[in-house]
Amino acid sequence: MTDRSLRGTAALVGVADAVSPTGELDTFGFELEARMIREALADAGLRPSDVDGLCCAAPPSALAEYLGIRPRFYEGTAIGGSSFEIHVEHAAAAIAAGLCEVVVGVYEATPRSDRRHGRTRGGAYPPRPAAEWEAGYGLREPMGAYALAASRHMATYGTTSEQLAQIAVDTRRWAELNPRARHRAPLTIVEVLDSPMQASPLHLLDCCLVTDGAGAFVLTSADRARDLARPPVYLLGAATYADHGQSMSQMPDLTTTAGAVSGPAAFAMAGIKPDDVDVLMGYDSFTITTLLHLEDLGFCAKGEGGAFAEDGRLGPGGALPTNTNGGGLSYTHPGQYGMFLIVEAVRQLRGECGARQVADPTIAVAHGSGGNLSTMATLVLGTEAAR
Amino acid sequence: MKLLEPPVSDYSTVFWDATREERLLLPYSGDRPFWYPRAVAPAHLDGDGEVDWRPAAGTGEVYAVTVVHRPGPGRAAEDGPYAVALVELAEGVRMLTNVVGCPPEDVVVGMPVRVCWHELSDGRKLPMFTPA
Repeated sequence: MTDRSLRGTAALVGVADAVSPTGELDTFGFELEARMIREALADAGLRPSDVDGLCCAAPPSALAEYLGIRPRFYEGTAIGGSSFEIHVEHAAAAIAAGLCEVVVGVYEATPRSDRRHGRTRGGAYPPRPAAEWEAGYGLREPMGAYALAASRHMATYGTTSEQLAQIAVDTRRWAELNPRARHRAPLTIVEVLDSPMQASPLHLLDCCLVTDGAGAFVLTSADRARDLARPPVYLLGAATYADHGQSMSQMPDLTTTAGAVSGPAAFAMAGIKPDDVDVLMGYDSFTITTLLHLEDLGFCAKGEGGAFAEDGRLGPGGALPTNTNGGGLSYTHPGQYGMFLIVEAVRQLRGECGARQVADPTIAVAHGSGGNLSTMATLVLGTEAAR
Repeated sequence: MKLLEPPVSDYSTVFWDATREERLLLPYSGDRPFWYPRAVAPAHLDGDGEVDWRPAAGTGEVYAVTVVHRPGPGRAAEDGPYAVALVELAEGVRMLTNVVGCPPEDVVVGMPVRVCWHELSDGRKLPMFTPA
């Protein structure tokens, strides 16, 4: 390599995900992860023994033992929903640096069937020091945290509930075209506004789903990518930035996320401008999340996200196809949705999306959001033509 | 009103003792206040990490607010919707809190507020805010 950029050095060559119209899967844990990894490897035309790198949003070593692989590269970053974008970024760096050649990343969560079956998973909530300084006030997370951001955006810029609802409506229009989406019935702005208020100004239909789901990707070198089963989808740019952890009192400005740093940095690595993006997969935990991505990634000016989204621009036939699988709002959302951004971006760039396929896309962005608008990780992905 | 009663840390005894007398203290790093309190001051304040506590004016304005309809941890549905806000104190720090003493939907961004107190089971008091 003559420079130290990641641009075009690695490619996503296999993906898989598991979802169900009932919102529930019949496996979970290591078993589900192993199934996803095998499916993604089959998609790539690779074998499990080819794998020498493993990413998951938890300590990866126990999973590696279960899988029976001996990775040269481990990545266990677990910072929330953008973990998987970070895994791709770090795995690409590891591949470029010669640390490993074939890395798999995996995610699974089954909150819906866990609840039905009374399964208890680990994890401390709320995290300290929030227990002492914030838990007493009864903020329901995550929606309460995002509601605070929406309230501030509305007060500062005049953003309306109708404008936020339009984002849910346009995301549903994509889901109508996706036979695997959980919710496919047409949705109206009035239905969003009439759905029960959760944490004002966010209604039930401003909030993402709770479903089971799983996914996996395979990333390898651009050289190796050429002879595999599918057209390579190259990583052209990647960047991560975090401006707070979980607590909204620590976020410097509730109307601007860390994506205002990660987005432009990833675009600069890729050598693209917002206008060059054919498909935007921007983590839609809530309608306000999508709106903030539009502004912070530079698709419109700060404060203009509501007006930008108002005319159906994000939906099928619009100028900026966004969350084309139906998003966290209508497709699936198991808790850390970032994996599905990557899967859909790859499928769009390969032209595999059927009725929801965007015409001849060459550049897609997968923009993950983790924590409470905390950690943003942006990937710019491209076809051979964009490389 | 049911709520999660906060634990007390070794470093925060001075704060909670002051609340029994309805005095709001803020932690400082040198001349710079911060919130939430920590045993070691945040690095971005460029101090040596030492914390001292000073009285706060107890006034501020609402920076952001949500009315929580599905109750959060520790809250009871029968107590009804309540306002959770970030209040920007006169000293410049932002605090997650409740605004009480008016219908929750009347709490708006920019509203001036002052501290009030919610008594806990052990005599400590949790700072909340009410329209000024």
